[in-house]
Amino acid sequence: MPLNRDFVGRTYTSSAPYEVSRVKISEFATAIGDSNPIYHDRQAAVAAGHPDVIAPPTFPIVFSLLGTGDALADPELGLNFAMVVHGEQRFEYERPIHAGDELVCASTITEIRSVGRNEFLTLRSDISTTSGELVCRTYNIIVERGGAA
Amino acid sequence: MAATVKYDEVETGQEIPAVEYRVRRVDLVRYAGASGDFNPIHWNERHAKAVGLPDVIAHGMYTMAQGGRFVTDWAGDPGAVVEYGVRFSSMVVVPDDDNGATITISGVIEEKREDKRVVVALTAKSGDSRVLSKARAVVQLS
Repeated sequence: MPLNRDFVGRTYTSSAPYEVSRVKISEFATAIGDSNPIYHDRQAAVAAGHPDVIAPPTFPIVFSLLGTGDALADPELGLNFAMVVHGEQRFEYERPIHAGDELVCASTITEIRSVGRNEFLTLRSDISTTSGELVCRTYNIIVERGGAA
Repeated sequence: MAATVKYDEVETGQEIPAVEYRVRRVDLVRYAGASGDFNPIHWNERHAKAVGLPDVIAHGMYTMAQGGRFVTDWAGDPGAVVEYGVRFSSMVVVPDDDNGATITISGVIEEKREDKRVVVALTAKSGDSRVLSKARAVVQLS
């Protein structure tokens, strides 16, 4: 079933700030197989000029979609999760995310289009500190296989 | 911190040697837990086949993360990546055995920009398939 185009332009904001912790960064880095001490050891990160351990480039995926879960599950949108695969992902960083950051995420559905038999939905997420400093912007395209058929 | 690679010492067209990254089922389970993405196509063969996939497939973000490792290990500074994007062009099929699948990543300096930034184009293959396309990282060099 085609996705509901009325959702284009809607913005969803996370209900509470995401607190970036050393433990979570280390867990994520371990899960991607990366033992770089900048991710695991506060002293190594500070020695390298960072305020605390920093997060790997793809870490924002952990929390950037938290605010959109309800929207994507909204029956009015018509998204069949069983057929969803990840199409594209891009990150633009203003600075590295580090332990101690408290981040809020505003995600906007910027486009829904059909490509062949598939539906493509683009989400842009603006990730900022609770004091309003933009830290990272992410672009996420999810694909519903067969959705446009 | 600054990248260990110096802008003046790289040339457009310069290649970054390939690195192989192993991905087994246990890696996908661990990544599911750490990332919060528990989609069963990444750990349940029965479910994956029921929705028309050949077998369990890796999270696209797991493959993207290996590309991130490749770039940050080369640059010498995880904080030097200013932009990173990929298209997931093919699946990484992960069989239920001790070897799993292999993702081979290589790179080339595609462009030198102002402010000592370079564009690194990545190639990621698993078997005969290119699993990422349009894979680019913009890196701040010294």
